[in-house]
Order: sequence, then C-alpha cells, then structure tokens
Amino acid sequence: MSGLWNLAWLEIKIFAREPLGFISTIIIPVIMFVVMGRSLGGRADPSERLRTFVSADLPVFAVMLIALNAVLSLVTIIAIYRESGILKRLRATPLRPHTILTAHVLVKLIFTSVTLVLLALAGRRFYPVALDVSWFSLAAALIVSSVSIMSLGFLVASLVPTARFAQPIGTLILYPMLGMSGLFVPIDSMPPAMQTLAHFLPLTYAVSLLRGIWLGEGWLAHGWDVAGLALVCAVCTALSSRVFRWE
Amino acid sequence: MAASPVIQVAGLRKRYGSTLAVNDVSFEVYDGEIFGLIGPNGAGKTTTMECVEGVRRPDGGQISVLGLDSFRDVYALQQRVGVQLQEAHLQKRIKVSEAVALWASLYKTKVDTGKLLGQLGLQDKSNAWFMTLSGGQKQRLFIALALINDPELVFLDELTTGLDPQARHAIWDLIRGIRARGKTIFLTTHLMEEAERLCDRVAIINHGRIVDINSPAGLIRKHCPQRTVILTTEDATADEKLRAISGVEVSRDDKGAVIVRGDAADLMTGVIACLADHRIRVTDFQTVVPTLEDVFLKLTGHTIRQ
Ligand SMILES: Nc1ncnc2c1ncn2[C@@H]1O[C@H](COP(=O)(O)OP(=O)(O)O)[C@@H](O)[C@H]1O
Ligand SMILES: [Mg+2]
Repeated sequence: MSGLWNLAWLEIKIFAREPLGFISTIIIPVIMFVVMGRSLGGRADPSERLRTFVSADLPVFAVMLIALNAVLSLVTIIAIYRESGILKRLRATPLRPHTILTAHVLVKLIFTSVTLVLLALAGRRFYPVALDVSWFSLAAALIVSSVSIMSLGFLVASLVPTARFAQPIGTLILYPMLGMSGLFVPIDSMPPAMQTLAHFLPLTYAVSLLRGIWLGEGWLAHGWDVAGLALVCAVCTALSSRVFRWE
Repeated sequence: MAASPVIQVAGLRKRYGSTLAVNDVSFEVYDGEIFGLIGPNGAGKTTTMECVEGVRRPDGGQISVLGLDSFRDVYALQQRVGVQLQEAHLQKRIKVSEAVALWASLYKTKVDTGKLLGQLGLQDKSNAWFMTLSGGQKQRLFIALALINDPELVFLDELTTGLDPQARHAIWDLIRGIRARGKTIFLTTHLMEEAERLCDRVAIINHGRIVDINSPAGLIRKHCPQRTVILTTEDATADEKLRAISGVEVSRDDKGAVIVRGDAADLMTGVIACLADHRIRVTDFQTVVPTLEDVFLKLTGHTIRQ
C-alpha cells in the first residue's frame, strides 16, 4: 500500500516537472471552457438552443474532455514507459504489477480532480450563466466515469504497437466514442446500428451519468449508467490482465 | 570449489513464437563467485537470466535460486537479490535521490543510501534528473538500485555495454568490490575481455545452448592450449635448434620471423633456455597467449562479433 502512494506521489512530481504536459492537462481545458462559454453566452440575443448548450452541454463536454485527456495521457505514458523499459524495471522489484498500474490511475484521477476544482472556481467567477450543481456528486460521477474509461485505456495501451502511435491511436479510438455518446446527437436519432454500438461504449454511460448529475437528477435515476460503467470496467480489467504487455 | 550452489538451473527452455531462445540450459552458480554467461547478441543470455530472476516464465526446466523457486516465490526472492536489467531506463525526470528512496521503500532490509551513493560516486548527482546522467552514471545508479537491499546475490546483464573503456574499468573495480563483501554475482556479457578479467567461472552460450562451463583459464587450457613465441633473429640455425625442444612446431612467417608453437605450459621457458644455451641473438621476442576470444571461436566456429 505504501508502495502505491510512494509511486503515485513520485509520478505526480515527475509530471509536474514537464511544464507543457502540465499546462495541457490542467490549464487548457479550463481556459477553453471559460472562453467558449463567454463568447457563446455573451451574445446579445442568445437563442434557446444556445442557452441550454452553454448552461448544460458545454460544461459536461468540458468535463468529458478532461476525463478523455486523462485517459489519453494514461495510454501515452504507459506506452512510453513500456517502450523504454521502465515498466519492466519496476516490475523486477517487489512492487506488485497491479500496484504499478494503479499508481498511474491514481495520478490521473488526482489531476482530473484538480482540474475539476479549477473548473468549478473558474465557473463561479467567469462563467456567464450561474452553474448550480452539486460539485460533490459531479466529482463522484467523474471519478466513476474516469476509472471505467481508464480500464479501457489499459486495453488500448496493450494494443498500440509503439509509443509513437499511442496518442494518435488513442485519439482515434476515444474521440469517435465521444461522438457517439449522445452528447452532440441524441442517441435516439442515430441509425439503429450506431445506437447498438453506442450501448457498448463506456462514454455513452459516462455522458448520460454526468449530464444527469449536472441537471440535478439523482443517482438512482442513473443506476443503469453506473452499472454499465462498472460492467465495462470489470470486462476491460479482466481482458487487460490477460493481454497487457509489460515490454 | 567447495561452496554450495546459490543458483541451480536444469534443462531450462524458453521459446518466443518460432524462436527457441534457450534450449536445455543447465548450470550452477556457487556462493561467493562471479559467474559469467557469455555469448554473442541473441545467444539467449538475457532470456536465461530473466528466467532465473523470475521476471520471465520459462517453458520448461527447473530453477532454484537461494533455495526458492524463482517463478513461484518471486516476491520472496526479490527481497533477497539485486537485479540490473539490460538496457533499463527510469523516468526521464526522476531524481537520483527519488529513485533510491523509492527502491529503499520497497525492501525490508536496506543499506544506508547516502553511503551507497557515495561508494558509487553519485553523491553529487543526487538531485540530478535521470535523463541528465551519463551512460556510466546511469549504470552506476542501476548498480546502486541493485544493491539497495544488501542482496546475497546480484544479477548484472550487460553492465558495461556502450560504456567507454575508462567507465568500464571503474565498473569492473566496483564489481570486484561487491564480491569482496561476500556477495555472489551472476553476470552476462558479450565482451570476452570483461569475462576473462572479472569472472571466476564462465558458461559459454551459443544459439540458446551451453557449449562449455569452466574458469576462463580452464577453458583456455582445455580448448586452446597452444602458445606461440614469435622471435626475430639473424641466426640461420635458430630454427633447427628450437625444433629440438620437445612438442614444438617451428615455422617462419612472411617477414622471416621465427614462429614457435607448442601446447606445453612451459613453452616460454623452453624457448628461452634454448636461446640461452645456444647463444642465439634475438632482436625481437613476442609471446601470444590464447584468450577466451580464441576459445569462443574454436567452440562455435565464429567470432563473438559476427
Ligand atoms: N521478447 C521477445 N520476443 C521475441 N523474441 C525475443 C524476445 N526476447 C528475445 N528474443 C529472441 O530470443 C533470442 C535470445 O535473445 P536474448 O535472450 O535477448 O539474447 P542475448 O541476451 O544473449 O542477446 C534472440 O533471437 C532474440 O531475438
Ligand atoms: Mg542480452
């Protein structure tokens, strides 16, 4: 257990030493969220559609982006660590394999939480419409969603052949999922094949859960989303423990 | 050697797809010795060593290390051994002191880390990022990490590959120092000079099979006993007189130098005595003693670099 915290804390410090990565994971999503909100919400005569977008969909979109960002960076870092032999080196110590990987998940969750807090603070201060939401529930929903998507990230990390391809392949797999998640186009209005596919994707449940929490609906109303995310997590974890490559 | 085996490997096999990387490998490593697994790139050294360390699962054979099964009891084993992997890396921006602290936190017994860094000449580097270290400094850090739990047995895989001669000599001294503190060392190398200078015993491995195991001197005596003396002289009768030494073969090379070959350990003595007895004046005298390199060539039919 102490190994987990030691390793996670170390990874946080190491990550913070790389200014570019730090800015792009934490600062950029927050700035983007505020700038988009201001420029869209600040129009003289916003339409009804635009207003709901700014008050509900854009924040959910920003939160999803943060989660996806974290997963992409997880995939990339695992691929780099594998390619350069760091994973193998760590594994030849008394650290348990799952501790090494869990430490990375923990680091990403911590960064996700930090970004969310910044988002909340920025929202209070600079966002054009009042955001009235239970930040605690939102954080919980975000963590549940992130863990589930990260388990998928480990599968993707096993699939990418080299570290160079980790970012592009991760993007290619994860962003289309966001497109099918119901965030931009309601699931009901998609073609039937896509609807079926959407029901297998963790992002669909994540978006539904986050949006529900955002709109003030209770957790009970989203039991199925949580169950879906848990199932995805269980399946992906089981699969990755079989196919995950350490070198 | 009366010491007991620290490592026992019998019939080890490991296949990657269609490549049979290690094929029926058996050997023992004794307490307190420096044992080297030597062979060209791709011979199966790393695979063998990683199976013994318990980081890789063998397809067949028995491995016992410090009385433990290295795959089943890997966590118990890792507490008692130190491992340096070939071509290892750490996080680019991890500090030397952080790596050492992380490693120290993982073991039940640990040495004084400040002292250890001092012994390895890294005390001034403790705040440096891994990526800023030189090749030799990185290798010394990996040795430090391998020694942090005061292990009984240390694994070193191609420790000096890619280092300049000066750094290489410094590392050899370090390894001798580790052995002098009573530890057993199992290393691999494709550098014959390294094996000859450092190892008490070596196993030559080629295409996944052990070709022979013995001390470097023992291997040379057995496979390449022939010594050579090359001398330059104006004396035309030299050839004939040298031929009288028993068990030698005398010829001339294209520059006219006399070449005396023989298997006897006292070939040099015989030649010198003969030259003195017959007052043969020589203007140049060279001896060529076979090395492990020659043994390797003899046993495998190719040089180690091919
Ligand atoms: N992870 C791997 N996957 C597939 N083949 C491998 C792997 N590791 C090593 N090999 C192959 O196994 C053989 C032995 O490799 P290795 O044990 O690394 O040799 P050495 O350490 O003596 O250079 C080589 O032919 C190498 O290409
Ligand atoms: Mg090797």
